[in-house]
Amino acid sequence: MNEAARRPIFRRRKMVNMIMTGVMGAAAVIAVIPLVLIVFYVLWNGFGSLSLSLLIEDPNSPGRPGGGVRNALTGSAIMVGLGVAIGAPIAIGCGVFLAEYGQNRLGTVLRFLVDVLAGMPSITIGLFMYALVVLPNKQFMAIAGALALAIILLPIVARITEEMLLLVPRGLREAAYALGAPRWRTVIRIVLPTALPGIVTGLMLALSRIAGEAAPLLFTSLGNQFTSTDLLRPIDALPSRIYSYASGPFDYWHEQAWAMSLLLVLFILVVSLGVRAIAGSKVTVRQ
Amino acid sequence: MAVTGADAPRRSRSIISGGRHFADNAFIGITGAAALVVLLIIVGLFYELISRSWSSIEANGLNFLFGTNWNPSQGQFGAGVFIVGTAITSISALVLATLVAVFVALFLVEIAPSWLARPIGYMVELLAAIPSVVYGLWGIYVLGPFLVTFVGPAITNTLGAVIPFFDGTPRVTGLLPAIVVLTIMIVPTIMAISRDVIGAVPGSQREGILALGATRWEMIKIAVLPYARSGVIGGAILGLARAVGETLAVTLVIGNRASMPDSIFAPTYTMASVIANQFQEADGETHRAALLEVALVLLAMTFLINVVARLLVWRVTNGQRAVVVE
Repeated sequence: MNEAARRPIFRRRKMVNMIMTGVMGAAAVIAVIPLVLIVFYVLWNGFGSLSLSLLIEDPNSPGRPGGGVRNALTGSAIMVGLGVAIGAPIAIGCGVFLAEYGQNRLGTVLRFLVDVLAGMPSITIGLFMYALVVLPNKQFMAIAGALALAIILLPIVARITEEMLLLVPRGLREAAYALGAPRWRTVIRIVLPTALPGIVTGLMLALSRIAGEAAPLLFTSLGNQFTSTDLLRPIDALPSRIYSYASGPFDYWHEQAWAMSLLLVLFILVVSLGVRAIAGSKVTVRQ
Repeated sequence: MAVTGADAPRRSRSIISGGRHFADNAFIGITGAAALVVLLIIVGLFYELISRSWSSIEANGLNFLFGTNWNPSQGQFGAGVFIVGTAITSISALVLATLVAVFVALFLVEIAPSWLARPIGYMVELLAAIPSVVYGLWGIYVLGPFLVTFVGPAITNTLGAVIPFFDGTPRVTGLLPAIVVLTIMIVPTIMAISRDVIGAVPGSQREGILALGATRWEMIKIAVLPYARSGVIGGAILGLARAVGETLAVTLVIGNRASMPDSIFAPTYTMASVIANQFQEADGETHRAALLEVALVLLAMTFLINVVARLLVWRVTNGQRAVVVE
């Protein structure tokens, strides 16, 4: 070791370096702890309260333990499915436009608006649908909830579609053009199919996001004690039932809330792990 | 013609077959219409909220923003408490979460080998995928009691002895659990963006300062952080927007009382939580209109925060993304 290395200032610099390295490592540990704790408690409390009757029965009248949340499971499935069915085509169209015709000022503005929409609080989107659909019809209904979920899904899928389309190698397009294909045909037959795996993973991630949204449903689909499939009537949903049970007075409600959380978190973990396996680390969902 | 870009087909191709021009234009029209839906939604959101809350805007005026009495049965609508509640919870969460998230991002980019960085990054991102209500449930039944027994007394005994705001009786629901839950919820947002912008700092920047004999921390402090600063700030502001708009997790743990918090343990409301808690049982049109005005204020606030954040993030990452694509 040379003379300079033994000077106190050098030792201090090394010390600071070591301390800060430790701080950064500690931050990583601290950031991971909540996830471990939340997943642990959801698994622990959730599995304890999970039962077959939870899945296949409607809720008992409040205060009478037992019963299930079939209404919430079917309601969530219907609204999430409908939300994807409504939102995905628009989102993909939007993504195609941004990728194909958006490399200009108009595209920059639209892209910006999509990002801004992605950042809007979901509860205000719920109120928007309340004002637009529920108030004029004087009726809470499933379709209003599905529309709110579609709006939440729209910006997420639009941006992922755009990015996936831009990743398609240019040679593929040029080959299509060389064969005389017009641009729309090239996009539909060559570019979209090539980008399809990426778009599908984006859809899955957006789906898992809207499956967990309760705030936009409180004033649109409202909730329902019974299993319903009528799109023009109130319908139940898993996250909003977790919310009402968690803040309710009965112990068996809390237990069922944990069990529902378990179902929801498992669904999201499976989707997200599946997506990871397919797409590697290319796609992530951000709120 | 709207078709631009280097790889657009030449216009002369339409001479070969006349129908193509029409089909291409129709395709632009259809996808463009889908893109315009986004604009319609944003305009519609503001329009509906303004028109539905107009009676409240007229009746309450500026008193709505600065008044602190919220008493629907008496016809008093001052949303000041909710605005203060939102500000305290989200700014505290922002500060705490940014501290953790930036260090995590630095750890993942600069220190951790990829076999470690990948799973940790993935786990932190998974936190963003857990639904808000699940955080709320966990907040009431696990975090709340934990804070009451362990963290609450520690705060009152140390900080509380000096600053009255940190004194009081720890409760399961109130400001403190809301801040902690929000912090946990926005760490992934800030971490992910910080990681991207820190990763985008050119390697030559690092090599240059290392060649001058800097330690790794000096390299981060002098060469990396200043370069990534505006991107990191943008990420933090996006986290702030998320905290401001976060609804159910906060509603479950904040205690829901329309009074100005006098202590970090006191129950209060945020804008989003008062809407979630009162809208369904709103008594009468004026109460409903007032809650819609709260939503309007919330929307305007997140809109502004988002615009600022996006501009900052874009300034850093946009140029770099163009390079990747081309």
